[in-house]
Amino acid sequence: MKLSFYGGVHPKEHKELTCAKAVESLRKAPAQVTLSMSMHVGAPCAPVVQVGDQVTVGQKIAAPTGLGAPIHASVSGKVVAIEPRPSCGGGKMMAVVIENDFQDTFASELTPHPDYDALAPEEIIDIIKEAGITGMGGAGFPTHVKISSGIGKVDTLIVNAAECEPYLTSDHRLMLEEGEWIIKGVKILMKTFGLDKAYIGIEDNKPDAIEKMRALAEGGVEVVACRTRYPQGAEKQLIQRITGREVPPGGLPAHVGCAVFNASTAAAVYDAVAEGKPLTRRIVTLTGGALNEPKNVLVPFGTPIAHLIEEAGGFRETPDRVLVGGPMMGIAVYDLSACTIKGNNGILCMTRAEAAEHVDAAACIRCGRCVNVCPMHLTPVYMHLYTEKRMWDEAEAMNLMDCIECGSCNYICPARVPLVQSFRMAKFEIRTLAMKRKAEAEKEAKKA
Amino acid sequence: MIDTKNLKLSVASSPHVSSPAGTRNLMLDVLVALVPALIMAAYFFGPRALLLTAVSVAGCEFFEWAYRKALKKPGAAGDLSAAVTGVLLAFVCPVTLPYWTILVGDFFAIVIVKQLFGGLGQNFMNPALGGRAFLMMSYPVAMTTWVLPGTPNWAGIVSAADAVTGATPLSNDFMHSGVMPDGVSLMDMFVGNVGGCVGEISALMLLLGGIYLIWRGTIRVRIPAAFLGTVAALTFLFPKNGVGNVEWMAAQLCSGGLMLGAFFMATDYVTSPVTKKGELYFGVGCGLLTVLIRYFGGYPEGVSYAILIMNVCVWLLDKAGKPGRFGVTAEAKKAAREARKRAKKEAA
Repeated sequence: MKLSFYGGVHPKEHKELTCAKAVESLRKAPAQVTLSMSMHVGAPCAPVVQVGDQVTVGQKIAAPTGLGAPIHASVSGKVVAIEPRPSCGGGKMMAVVIENDFQDTFASELTPHPDYDALAPEEIIDIIKEAGITGMGGAGFPTHVKISSGIGKVDTLIVNAAECEPYLTSDHRLMLEEGEWIIKGVKILMKTFGLDKAYIGIEDNKPDAIEKMRALAEGGVEVVACRTRYPQGAEKQLIQRITGREVPPGGLPAHVGCAVFNASTAAAVYDAVAEGKPLTRRIVTLTGGALNEPKNVLVPFGTPIAHLIEEAGGFRETPDRVLVGGPMMGIAVYDLSACTIKGNNGILCMTRAEAAEHVDAAACIRCGRCVNVCPMHLTPVYMHLYTEKRMWDEAEAMNLMDCIECGSCNYICPARVPLVQSFRMAKFEIRTLAMKRKAEAEKEAKKA
Repeated sequence: MIDTKNLKLSVASSPHVSSPAGTRNLMLDVLVALVPALIMAAYFFGPRALLLTAVSVAGCEFFEWAYRKALKKPGAAGDLSAAVTGVLLAFVCPVTLPYWTILVGDFFAIVIVKQLFGGLGQNFMNPALGGRAFLMMSYPVAMTTWVLPGTPNWAGIVSAADAVTGATPLSNDFMHSGVMPDGVSLMDMFVGNVGGCVGEISALMLLLGGIYLIWRGTIRVRIPAAFLGTVAALTFLFPKNGVGNVEWMAAQLCSGGLMLGAFFMATDYVTSPVTKKGELYFGVGCGLLTVLIRYFGGYPEGVSYAILIMNVCVWLLDKAGKPGRFGVTAEAKKAAREARKRAKKEAA
């Protein structure tokens, strides 16, 4: 069995900016935090506090309305507004704004369970749910749902500590500084799933983290050093690397008996279960050539991006773009008052020289590099051709819906064709078309 | 001090970084890889080889620029793709070809083969080979009069009339019946001390260029490997006129436009498949057709027509070579096939 994935690219890593810097607390806590009601995949939460309420750190301020997880106050203080605010994903989202009283009064409904070995799986899932834990690698799938839907199907537990995105080092620092919490979190997850084996996948550009985690690993936890190649940390590629299994099209990791958790998520599970702390903050990498002091900081959710930029010493050069996340899959923000959410692992301020050139796409020369780097075995050149001609059925027949939007094809393209943008649009159009056809078919059926 | 209040931030879809290699860099790589062969051509054929190549490059760049300008299309000059075509076309012509003739070829390659089909990326035939095929049909004598090496003189720059011509490994005798020209050794053919087209003669230098391109990642190894491998296998298995298998195979690999074709023409991005399997089929097809034309065809040389014929099959080959879907195992595929069969039976 060949333990690797096909394709991928190796962009310049730039991790040296922050990887040797220990995690710091904020020098100045934010005066206000804005907690978006959409911090995860699924339906937005509904606020359970009102304007004027006094809240404490860890207090539940919003409850899920569908698929989701509750949100907790990340600072103590007074709720001053519940209204739509700029979101880091673009546009505005309903948010709860808390004015910080700088007391950091902590109170939570969760109780610490230092003796967590005695807990039943259902109890652990309940704690994880109440602690508001969602996937912290970016996608933000509610963790308790992943666990409860996977129990019985999952035979392999994988912790994603690949951190394949250039620039980002938050998971790297977490492993070096709080590796034992990750291991303990993994053991809690293993117990919940009833498994006695788990793997931690780390890219081999972090030898110190691999060494540290190997020293800490015990009781069925195995550290796997993976080749440094983007997108090693994409869920499907990591599963392929570690187990040799391929997640079927449209399927979930559970379909091949796997469950993948981000390293930060595992640590958050430990915090919640053993220490009774809901998820209210995380390590964020503040980096990029446009910042004076790139660093890793522990950030309460809802901190405005502008505040974090100040924490990193402000701009030393006019940034070309400010990203939430890494350069390959991060989202460019246009409003620095947008605030961090659970999945934000980095704020990247790129200079003009660092970022992709501002050029119009040149003619595709069919060099086929996109095909050679696609980790999903797709043919981006043909997918783009059909998309340009709005031939949605043909595009779908090229398995366009399998695209994970990792950006490898776009990165390597010598003609600078915006392939990912094209495929995002195509996915939207294909879904719309499918819905339209379904509605029409139902109408026909009713007539008949 | 940076004005943080009035920042103008760029927004774009991810990814926000791109690889350093743009189209121009790739074309530049190809040009660099062709330099060793050009040096060898100048060494054996004299300065006219350089001048013919320069005229051809200038012609291609001019026709490309003039066409885009005349039709008010956005400028494509500067990506160096026309320069590559210019060098390649000069490389597949005899050094004695009149300058005006190669300009006719340049015109056909750039305007007819490339631009009329939509410009860079849209042509379905390799422009340089298209140009050569046109010249071959229009000026067959000039295109098949090969100069022997080692007779360069400065007068040849203006008039090539007094150049010494003669039988070369490209002539029908060798290709069809296996009779080696007098005084030509395998080593001569490998180094390039033989009569032939400007840039085709030195297998060694072309091989160096090809290895450079593969090392740089500019081209992938699959097409040249499949192409050369197929020719090698077929010529090894079917030698002619009692020549030893290995000797015959080596002579075939070093002769004609095979090295140039395998590394620089069959790998032309626009006119070759993009899928892994497609590339292999393409290379094997090129190799097979080359040997068939050399053994049984009326033309002395098969490489250019083999590639042109395979060029028009590219879409088909890519369809056939579509990569297996991620997450669909062999068993799942088999099950799906059987389910389809059952459904068909039931429908019938």
